[in-house]
Amino acid sequence: MASDDLWILGIHMTKFGKHPDMDLVDLASEAVLGALSDGGVTMKDMGVIGAGNLMAANAGIGQQLQKQLGQTGIPVYNVANACATGATALRVACMAVKSGEADMGLAFGVEKLSGAGLLSGGSRGDDGDTWTPKGRYGAVAPVDGRIGTEIMPGVFAQIGMEYGHKYGGTSFELFAKISEKNHAHSTLNPLAAYTKKMTLEQIMGDVMIAYPNTRPMCSANCDGAAAAVVVSGAKLRTLSQEQQRRAVKISASVLTTDPWEEACQILPDVNTLTRNAATQAYEQAGVGPADLDLVELHDCFATAELVHYDNLMLCEVGGAVDFFNSGATWRDGTTPVNVSGGLESKGHPIAATGIANVWEVATHLRGEAGDRQIAGAKVGLTHVIGLGSACGVHILEKAA
Amino acid sequence: MATEVGEMAGQIPLVDYLVLGSDPHLVANECTSCGARFFDRRNACASCGATGFARVDIPTEGEVRAFTIVTFAAPGVPVPYVAALVDCGGTSVRANLINVAPDPEHVTLGMKVKLATEPLGADSAGTEAIGFGFEPAGN
Repeated sequence: MASDDLWILGIHMTKFGKHPDMDLVDLASEAVLGALSDGGVTMKDMGVIGAGNLMAANAGIGQQLQKQLGQTGIPVYNVANACATGATALRVACMAVKSGEADMGLAFGVEKLSGAGLLSGGSRGDDGDTWTPKGRYGAVAPVDGRIGTEIMPGVFAQIGMEYGHKYGGTSFELFAKISEKNHAHSTLNPLAAYTKKMTLEQIMGDVMIAYPNTRPMCSANCDGAAAAVVVSGAKLRTLSQEQQRRAVKISASVLTTDPWEEACQILPDVNTLTRNAATQAYEQAGVGPADLDLVELHDCFATAELVHYDNLMLCEVGGAVDFFNSGATWRDGTTPVNVSGGLESKGHPIAATGIANVWEVATHLRGEAGDRQIAGAKVGLTHVIGLGSACGVHILEKAA
Repeated sequence: MATEVGEMAGQIPLVDYLVLGSDPHLVANECTSCGARFFDRRNACASCGATGFARVDIPTEGEVRAFTIVTFAAPGVPVPYVAALVDCGGTSVRANLINVAPDPEHVTLGMKVKLATEPLGADSAGTEAIGFGFEPAGN
């Protein structure tokens, strides 16, 4: 291992779901203590903390955690980057270790979202007594529902529909089939919030939220946390054979935002920044899409998963529908996608998601994924996207 | 914003990029350096960084490039409604599709649409707000 390589030394995720008796710090502590224990290290070994939480982003979750687990005086970077918050926290640890400022870093993400409902589009207040222009559009009244939609199921529905308009082949049934796959995968993941297999009929017949996304085609709001310990290659060489054997190489760690393109401020463009992140990640890692044994991508909605097959270059440009219909992304296919059950069934505690997907891939690379193990997995990719936008991509490789 | 020429007294547009009057249309801020178009108040151009803008009229006819039919929304937002991305001669516009049945049999990708206005009600001073959407071009 090269001295400046980055490795995951320890990693852990909590069960995703309802945790009414645990607060943010309890959940984060469980994930962090689990990651430290998994890596055979303690808070005293950490040189930096990347702390992710979105919904209470001004509360200093990193320092709150330190006050419970160890106030060692190291720098804490509290980060909030929409649904890419967890990946951003991991990037902080990676950058600190890569730069040599620390030889070990901790990253965690935690969220409590059970029962949260729609996370945007709630801006529709009363119209007020007089029509008075406000804001950057001079709007005299709330515009959600009057000028398009602000709700995420509707935004991502349009993103999937736009792909269909451009390349053809999409339908309500096709998007529902993607959801059927992820719900089927979830039955093997004991840490998923929902582990129930659903038939295509059940998915299509469920409550419609924003056509073509029905409720089970939307990510599940839930509570959860995930944490990872990042170590430099130089430091890892000084650790035990067992720690070196279980360490997982971070071959690429990339974060991008969306470059300006026509329409990107009208309907968020989740495509270009994902393609840019993937391109950079493949180049950093020296691997290509065909080398991937599994992928955990950001299926915040079934309509989103389809476009990311293309954005991550798992298929040819415009070929996502045929790629899915070939069965490639089922767990027994050529490129298994979201064998964890994905956000639609594993759940999406926002800031935890970008580290939990790394946990999923790392667990397969270690050969420790139990019933859902992808046999012989050596290389995997994780992807998250937060609207605004930010995209995080990590490529992980099994220790040689 | 100053009242646009042709705007009827007692009316106010829902947003300042909707121009009322006898020929309702949308206007954008176009970067005089690179041509990028924006509907909001600008500090600078997100594409090239320049700070000069000119107001340009947006074609009132377009094509639906993406849509969704929202059936579950925040309290106070009537459902169902159709939200869409409309391509108006190369400039993308966010809007509702109106005067069309909100179901996938009547709303289709690629359908031709045209701008239409609709009243949103009067405030306590008697001023009526006017919103906009796109309706099937054949209407």
